Amino acid sequence: MITAERKPLDEIIAMILPFKKVLVVGCASCVGECAAGGEKEVGLLGSALRMDARMTTKELETREMTLERQCVYEFIDRLTGLIDQYDAVLSLACGAGVQAVAEVFPNIPILPALNTSFLGQTKEAGLWLENCRGCGDCRLHLFADICPVTRCAKQIFNGPCGGSQDGKCEVNPETPCAWHLIVTRLEDRNQLDLLEEVYAPADWSKKEGAGPRKIVREDQQN
Amino acid sequence: MKIESQLKNVLAAGRFAVTAECGPPKGADPEAVIKKGRILKGYVDSVNVTDNQTGVVRLSSLAACVLLLQEGLDPVLQMVVRDRNRIALQSDLLGASTLGIRNVLCLSGDHQSFGNQTQAIGVFDLDSIQLIQTVRRMRDEGQIIGGEAVSPPPYLFIGAAANPFADPFFYRVIRLAKKVKAGTEFIQTQCIYNLDRFKEWMSQVRDRGLHEKVYILGGITPLKSAKMAEYIKNQVAGMDIPEPLIRRMKSVPAKGQRKEGIKISIETIQALKEMEGVHGVHIMAIEWEEAVPQVVEQAGLMPRPTV
Ligand code: SF4
Ligand code: SF4
Repeated sequence: MITAERKPLDEIIAMILPFKKVLVVGCASCVGECAAGGEKEVGLLGSALRMDARMTTKELETREMTLERQCVYEFIDRLTGLIDQYDAVLSLACGAGVQAVAEVFPNIPILPALNTSFLGQTKEAGLWLENCRGCGDCRLHLFADICPVTRCAKQIFNGPCGGSQDGKCEVNPETPCAWHLIVTRLEDRNQLDLLEEVYAPADWSKKEGAGPRKIVREDQQN
Repeated sequence: MKIESQLKNVLAAGRFAVTAECGPPKGADPEAVIKKGRILKGYVDSVNVTDNQTGVVRLSSLAACVLLLQEGLDPVLQMVVRDRNRIALQSDLLGASTLGIRNVLCLSGDHQSFGNQTQAIGVFDLDSIQLIQTVRRMRDEGQIIGGEAVSPPPYLFIGAAANPFADPFFYRVIRLAKKVKAGTEFIQTQCIYNLDRFKEWMSQVRDRGLHEKVYILGGITPLKSAKMAEYIKNQVAGMDIPEPLIRRMKSVPAKGQRKEGIKISIETIQALKEMEGVHGVHIMAIEWEEAVPQVVEQAGLMPRPTV
């Protein structure tokens, strides 16, 4: 999933300052799962904003709603007819959702209420971990299903570096060294031969591309 | 006449090599480099020049190497993959060779979060092993990454680092084997304080026959004080100082601790000289270059060969 965190309230208040009528829109998918932009968070943010407006005697009218996804047109379409009644949208989606909504309604400012972070997993309640950078060339099978691009601070394909100690990464003693995990899991799986391989330089063009990447699937088009 | 790597000459002649380290200054100051070079000249075969070590901005390694070359030293250009992508790295390899630099040491580099530019992006386009492979292909096959020809190719003696003290231990020698497979010709190790662990590592190295494929230079850093020993133990990743050594440093009054540090270094070198497969030492006396001549002399490593 795509993870995100809500911006500090002060920043959001400053962002909506020029607007009187604000539509607060959440997204029930990824950012709902990571408790940053789902229905519950939309409700909380809406009341916090109204409370602040009352305390500072500012004129503010808000309405809250949550789309199933903000990055897919058929769901965004639910805003049609409603959005025109507002000066701005405060979006609790990831950056992709904010931009998708803005593309459909280019004349209304869509304000980002979240800081989009990373592709990750929910490890346990209240803990999300980054584990994929979308490099476009997945090689997890060579590294015991532990991503060196994401989880090694130096994205080493032939690790670990000399700083790996007691299973921890030199960069942050709270973070496990990805290569320590790779080596021990390969050992457990009896796949140590994979470690002897010298892996060639990565093809980052699949990640960096020539500007933004795109996927075209003719079989999906109608 | 082609300038040759002195380090390579000494090692190829079967002599016990000595290298040292020079950290460039935080400023556009040639004198600082030249001064360090002059302290080391005659006592070592080659001098490593660090590349923005610990992520701190310093005079460039390449520029400092040229200054040392002009002083008649044989510099080892340290290159980290943290700050440059493959275009810049390959370009600098050509540049270094063109300027007469004959040794390169391929490193990952300390993470940028340690230095004074913590908001920088870490490049890490290649890793250190891929850099070794890249230099080797450029030199021996005249090809850059992707297969295009470079002519004439760079002429460089290729080195890398190894840390016998990092974890997981059983894997350290596998990683060394990978570096050898990628094309490294010499290895400089992390500072050796735990001789037992180093011995164990060397025996694994010999079991794999790696000591016959690569020259291994043991890392030496003379301790300045008991405090430094404790700092390294507690704060520096990938370094291993056994407790008895710290006690030994502490048992000496503060005034005599530098001398004791040098004594420990000399004892370590003597042990390394006896170890099969160790081809030399790399003395990293950080901001204490004056210690190098003393260590080299007292360890019986003078005069340096003229090969
Ligand atoms: S290898 Fe690439 S696609 Fe696979 S998990 Fe890592 S970043 Fe993601
Ligand atoms: S300690 Fe491990 S995770 Fe951290 S940079 Fe080194 S190899 Fe990567």
